[in-house]
Amino acid sequence: MTATRLLKVRVDRERCQGHARCFALAPELFELDEWGNARERDNGVVTPALEVKARLAQSNCPEFAIDVVEE
Amino acid sequence: MSKRAPVTDWSTDFDHLDPRWIEDPFPIWQELRQKCPIAHTERFMGAYFPSRYDDVRAIAYDTEHFSSRRVIVRDTRAPLIPAPPITSDPPEHRPAKQVLLPAFTPEAIDRHEPRTRAICRELLEQIAGKGRCDGAIDYAQEIPVRVIAQMLGVPEQDGNLFRKWIKEILEIGITDPAILMRATGEMQSYFAEKIAARRASQGDDLIGYLVNARIEGRPLADDHINGTLRLLLIAGIDTTWSAIGSCLWHLAQRAEDRRRLTAEPSLMTSAVEEFLRAYAPVTMAREVVGETQIGGCTFKPGHMVLLSFPAANRDPAVFPDADRVVIDRTQNRHAAFGLGIHRCVGSNLARMEIRVALSEWLVRIPEFRLDRYLPVTWSEGTVRGPRSLPLLLD
Repeated sequence: MTATRLLKVRVDRERCQGHARCFALAPELFELDEWGNARERDNGVVTPALEVKARLAQSNCPEFAIDVVEE
Repeated sequence: MSKRAPVTDWSTDFDHLDPRWIEDPFPIWQELRQKCPIAHTERFMGAYFPSRYDDVRAIAYDTEHFSSRRVIVRDTRAPLIPAPPITSDPPEHRPAKQVLLPAFTPEAIDRHEPRTRAICRELLEQIAGKGRCDGAIDYAQEIPVRVIAQMLGVPEQDGNLFRKWIKEILEIGITDPAILMRATGEMQSYFAEKIAARRASQGDDLIGYLVNARIEGRPLADDHINGTLRLLLIAGIDTTWSAIGSCLWHLAQRAEDRRRLTAEPSLMTSAVEEFLRAYAPVTMAREVVGETQIGGCTFKPGHMVLLSFPAANRDPAVFPDADRVVIDRTQNRHAAFGLGIHRCVGSNLARMEIRVALSEWLVRIPEFRLDRYLPVTWSEGTVRGPRSLPLLLD
């Protein structure tokens, strides 16, 4: 049921090396810490309007550190 | 360049100083990917060349068997010249890198954008209207020199000196260890003086920042600061200069990309990533320090690895239509800034400089092409980009 699914982005902090592609492509979903490494905003919740951006961030991470998961 | 025996077989005798490699390495890499994905050469006292993305990635991640203590493949094993964090392995790498990162976040880099834009406009003011220019010499090489000089807190006027050192360390020094050591010594003396001056009077620049920095509560040793400054100067100039030059080289020949980018400036972000993928300037190196197997090849200790992020970026197994530049490519996990712990600390700076340099150029000079009567020349060795780029400005 697409109406009830909840999409979230997840950053693997061990894999993230601070390329900051996610922050450039989807600043609504990601923020950077003081070293420039990424973390999710708002517990990673992806609103339907931001799903395309979430997938874009995922598919441009050089370290494969981003997942888009359904909860 | 010294006289070298011509390469007879790229898979068993490769040489990245061969004129064919310098001029157009892409067909060579593609041939290797198909028939011998990990090449080896007896030159350079033994070196491997992985041509596929997966193998480059695996090596970049394997810091146990592949050391960064030597990051340039040279004819002989020069004495170790530490320039932390690029030459650091775990566990020293992490603190040496972390101390630099806050100065290079996108937010920190944003503060340098107005100055970068002003530099580009100033250069274009001198170029535009002349009918012709050298895009590499008159434009690309000037931008990163001035930006990094300002960030470090050294005079922009020393730009020619910086470029001399860079050529001696990254190009001539591959085959001539005496010149390598002399240039390194000159840089060390130059920065030793700057560090001492900044210890005496604080400054709001990277030298002052490093003088005040602490790793686990302790200040950085002068040797550490000196190595880091030499790294920042070299890496901050040569790489971005090469990238901007390659972008102009591409746009001079591809009218459809040039016009589309001028008409749709919002494409600049993806276009810059695509240029970085296709014309990634930086090839790094590792030294094998423990025997291991990757991609069916046994890596022997003591040999070097020419770690070509540019070759990884052209692997069709990962990037469809890899040899074609697609400025609106939407999936682009390119490795231009490296992979793993050694991700380029200046990647946000480089991206800003390239974006601003191209945007400003296209506003001022939307139409330009190569001057076919004059040669384009390319740097050799570690960093690839045009060193002479004769352009006709319409």
